[in-house]
Amino acid sequence: MDWAAAGRASAGVWAPAASGCGSVSPAGRMCVCPGPRRIGIPVRSSSLPLFSDAMPAPTQLFFPLIRNCELSRIYGTACYCHHKHLCCSPPYIPQSHLRYTPHPAYATFYRPKDSWWQYTQGRRYASTPQKFYLTPPQVNSILKANEYSFKVPEFDGKNVSSVLGFDSNQLPANAPIEDRRSAATCLQTRGMLLGVFDGHAGCACSQAVSERLFYYIAVSLLPHETLLEIENAVESGRALLPILQWHKHPNDYFSKEASKLYFNSLRTYWQELIDLNTGESTDIDVKEALINAFKRLDNDISLEAQVGDPNSFLNYLVLRVAFSGATACVAHVDGVDLHVANTGDSRAMLGVQEEDGSWSAVTLSNDHNAQNEREVERLKLEHPKNEAKSVVKQDRLLGLLMPFRAFGDVKFKWSIDLQKRVIESGPDQLNDNEYTKFIPPNYYTPPYLTAEPEVTYHRLRPQDKFLVLATDGLWETMHRQDVVRIVGEHLTGMHHQQPIAVGGYKVTLGQMHGLLTERRAKMSSVFEDQNAATHLIRHAVGNNEFGAVDHERLSKMLSLPEELARMYRDDITIIVVQFNSHVVGACQNQE
Amino acid sequence: MHVPEDAVVSSADVALALASAASQNGVQIYDRTSILHVMVRKGQVTGVETDKGQIQCQYFVNCAGQWAYELGLSNEEPVSIPLHACEHFYLLTRPLETPLQSNAPTIVDADGRIYIRNWQGGILSGGFEKNPKPIFTEGKNQLEIQNLQEDWDHFEPLLSSLLRRMPELEALEIVKLVNCPETFTPDMRCIMGESPSVQGYFVLAGMNSAGLSFGGGAGKYLAEWMVHGYPSENIWELDLKRFGALQSSRTFLRHRVMEVMPLLYDLKVPRWDFQTGRQLRTSPLYDRLDAQGARWMEKHGFERPKYFVPPDKDLLALEQSKTFYKPDWFEIVESEVKCCKEAVCVIDMSSFTKFEITSTGDQALEVLQYLFSNDLDVPVGHIVHTGMLNQGGGYENDCSIARLSKRSFFMISPTDQQVHCWAWLKKYMPEDSNLILEDVTWKYTALNLIGPRAVDVLSELSYAPMTPDHFPSLFCKEMSVGYANGIRVMSMTHTGEPGFMLYIPIEYALHVYNEVMGVGQKYGIRNAGYYALRSLRIEKFFAFWGQDLNTLTTPLECGRESRVKLDKGMDFIGRDALLQQKQNGVYKRLTMFILDDHDTDLDLWPWWGEPIYRNGQYVGKTTSSAYGYTLERHVCLGFVHNFSEDTGEEQVVTADFINRGEYEIDIAGHRFQAKAKLYPVPSLFTHKRRKDDVELSDLQGK
Repeated sequence: MDWAAAGRASAGVWAPAASGCGSVSPAGRMCVCPGPRRIGIPVRSSSLPLFSDAMPAPTQLFFPLIRNCELSRIYGTACYCHHKHLCCSPPYIPQSHLRYTPHPAYATFYRPKDSWWQYTQGRRYASTPQKFYLTPPQVNSILKANEYSFKVPEFDGKNVSSVLGFDSNQLPANAPIEDRRSAATCLQTRGMLLGVFDGHAGCACSQAVSERLFYYIAVSLLPHETLLEIENAVESGRALLPILQWHKHPNDYFSKEASKLYFNSLRTYWQELIDLNTGESTDIDVKEALINAFKRLDNDISLEAQVGDPNSFLNYLVLRVAFSGATACVAHVDGVDLHVANTGDSRAMLGVQEEDGSWSAVTLSNDHNAQNEREVERLKLEHPKNEAKSVVKQDRLLGLLMPFRAFGDVKFKWSIDLQKRVIESGPDQLNDNEYTKFIPPNYYTPPYLTAEPEVTYHRLRPQDKFLVLATDGLWETMHRQDVVRIVGEHLTGMHHQQPIAVGGYKVTLGQMHGLLTERRAKMSSVFEDQNAATHLIRHAVGNNEFGAVDHERLSKMLSLPEELARMYRDDITIIVVQFNSHVVGACQNQE
Repeated sequence: MHVPEDAVVSSADVALALASAASQNGVQIYDRTSILHVMVRKGQVTGVETDKGQIQCQYFVNCAGQWAYELGLSNEEPVSIPLHACEHFYLLTRPLETPLQSNAPTIVDADGRIYIRNWQGGILSGGFEKNPKPIFTEGKNQLEIQNLQEDWDHFEPLLSSLLRRMPELEALEIVKLVNCPETFTPDMRCIMGESPSVQGYFVLAGMNSAGLSFGGGAGKYLAEWMVHGYPSENIWELDLKRFGALQSSRTFLRHRVMEVMPLLYDLKVPRWDFQTGRQLRTSPLYDRLDAQGARWMEKHGFERPKYFVPPDKDLLALEQSKTFYKPDWFEIVESEVKCCKEAVCVIDMSSFTKFEITSTGDQALEVLQYLFSNDLDVPVGHIVHTGMLNQGGGYENDCSIARLSKRSFFMISPTDQQVHCWAWLKKYMPEDSNLILEDVTWKYTALNLIGPRAVDVLSELSYAPMTPDHFPSLFCKEMSVGYANGIRVMSMTHTGEPGFMLYIPIEYALHVYNEVMGVGQKYGIRNAGYYALRSLRIEKFFAFWGQDLNTLTTPLECGRESRVKLDKGMDFIGRDALLQQKQNGVYKRLTMFILDDHDTDLDLWPWWGEPIYRNGQYVGKTTSSAYGYTLERHVCLGFVHNFSEDTGEEQVVTADFINRGEYEIDIAGHRFQAKAKLYPVPSLFTHKRRKDDVELSDLQGK
């Protein structure tokens, strides 16, 4: 398979889908547009000569087209047309993608150290024909590499948890992946925590949030006596009460180096909670606990970066955490009480089975981005009137950031003075970095960004069968209704088709064969996946125009070189939580 | 392959024709009558209890097909017939535009897993799919019978391969898809013969979807079996007694037949092991050996090590390892054989069938003298190799018997003899004697310590002198090994190599093994498996029952006259036949062949069943073969016949006839020159270390 791709990066790229994202290939098929970047930063024109000669295909073919454009109109997100083979049709990149118009002067920010531009100059794509075809087992091994399932153990044959278990999975597009996921059971209070975290400008912040946020939430939920007991145990060197039981995939790691630092920050938090306690034992409000935990963790991330650490590795780490960002969508399930705390544009979707067996989606979170009018309003109100035009520009915060709420991202939170001070005193790596040094335009009245979540409460009903938490990588490619239907049918085994019987009709072998082949194609994608999240990813990446998984397409999408994958899709992280309708029903009746 | 004589018959018509022919000869057929159970008195069939009354009979033949298992179990003393049904689908179509003629050949496309034949001018096409659907696991089930419906989705792969092979058939109109369960057995061979526990209870079932083609022959042999007590051909491989109750688990059968059915159309390679229904019987050392790289094969449910893969070596994946050429384990077995020849190896041989026969008086010796062909009246502590012959002088079993005391004997037989040998002994032992026959297979773990250094290992572990002066060959002694007392040590290795078999009460197995490995370290001990054993054995012309020897081969035909007490004036089963044979001469002779111009690396290997040519004339087939690492040649064992050139009649085979011939072995159409030997190569028995062979490693401390 050759890489003779016809690339185009021109103003036409961002025209509406109807007019095509670039060229229509000789094969008569549409080429693909890359997903939008979360952040754009300016690129000095000096970096453009990076497109030197001798650049192998496809960049080589890509280059003349770029040169034809005005340099200032280089878009961070270039359009790739792989006219013969990657013939992704418009449905794959939904309209929502095209809403985004990058700032003319900004090229993609990829990650602090290795931007995509650097990739194109530093690495040579193999100019030899690339092998694209993956066999079904190869596809499966890629799709299943990160899958994880957890079943809540049953005690005495009686399952008392309203959660049956969950399936989770993630598929990287960035290298390394910037998404994170977490799941844990609260041991000192009842309930289970599940969350997806979408990082940008690197994975440092999403990693830190995935490790720390649940501790903050669990601590916020703890009664005063338990906090005291834990604090006393720390003080006297006794064994601590365990707070969380993690349910982790082997690939989900925790940073060993920062563990002590993180613990100290957490301990300060609960010490303050103890001090704040007025003595009256009030019921802990979950919504308040979630909001406090989010804000507190973000505050700690910010403080740790300002204070620094004598250990140079840790010092660099806390700075990277603070200068990168992450959204978070967290669910807390305790009996019939479901709370979703969301910061950013990941989404929580409830799968409801109607009486007739059909599936409907109930959204339990609001996206914090330019498509949410209330968010735009909020931002405008929080800043002087004269900033009304600049605070949200090209559907991005200050023209740069897609999510309007996030952890980290101190560039949108700190004053210019503080940013400069920290960077100057920081390690060289930080100083050399284009991105960290760059101050957003029209930066007058920080903070522009908050980690405060919006909390939604839902009381579970027996018809609420599952909850899907996923980063925008999924929601960009699939409609919520499809997501819920696919998961619903997967979980309930609705896919079992009626057997065929010839029964007196005139059927030829050929007709029967055609019918059977079609049925098998439908079945195979269902049976291949034990894990509902894997099944969703298979659909998200491999769906054709008709909503059926197309192996050829799947194989092409998954065999993209590491450096290019991000141009066709975003990281996808999914958690599917399954509820126990019997327990939910019983809880309802009791009350 | 086109077979012009090929024919298509309708099974229903054949059955009806047979039934009417039988009726004309006075056979009564009871329609719509169910059998409740078979009546047995004193281990002998006396009649059948049906829902319409009793029927007296001397013989009962269970040919109930997929219900044979259940019918067998309905007896008071159950007869275990391991088989299991799988759904089987075939397609019927309307006639072709030009209807197929009755002489249209039957077509089998093994790669596509399908067969196609003429059916009323249209086609009948079915196959053996990769993912069979076992059925009736819980027995005859009315619900399942009624739900035997067409499953088109299941048939889809077969339909695809049919249309891939013959795209033109696309336009044919479907009549229906028939679901007709077929019965399969754990080893893809049918089941026939007499029950080991009930005399007169015969079985013919489990035809693995080939009932119609095998029916005629199977019926003939079963009839002979009932009339004469044995069939005219060796059909041990089909004998019900190759199985025991241990293969009767429904779970086992359900899993195994799912592997067996697709195998019908798979390429069957030598030394292939079933993957399902494994790890049923294991030695206590299984985990230890497995952790050391053991690869396993299964015999009669028992896991046995084939060889040990060194940590730094990778073998091919299962599918890739299928070959008729030099296999990937060649070098591994080579180093194991070398270690057996030069140092010492330990092989776990616990699977061997072990019986103990004791009596209060002298009956044990009397009975055994009649049952076995060699003289067992030897001093206590001696081991005798002997056959257990039938009336025709053929081997029913080939075993080693140690005389433990005046009145007790310890008998070691091949693994798959557990059911057959037991039944044979029970049949011929006087009923009212106070003889005790006990199956002690499970009580002992057997370790074979092979090699010149086995002596050193054992004497160090027992503080007893083990040299041939103190412990001559074919001798058995109970002694202590390590801390464990009461270990039965026998100076034989089943290979002709020096060494010892240790029969260890199972609770001591791990201890003794650890001690042997610990002490053996300085003698260069290592684990070895059955492939090494096999190579050593065949290289030394040791024939093995079940492979080389069967119920139709006599001791005289394989040069074992010295193991028969013909001249001692004692009666034993098969004596008359042997005396007659001795007088008349033998009509076939087991011979060892050493391949001369065979390239081990490049040529196809002999496995077994290769034709033997003498002076260009076909004279027989090989029965087993192995690469002899010492001879650096392939060795085949096989029987040489002397067919008259004019009539094809069998004539006497003399040593002279064998020696004066030029031999060739035909491997897949290519003939290789072979040297014929009637006795093992003597040089193999002398272990002389040449001076220039000494290596530094030989200087390691002792």
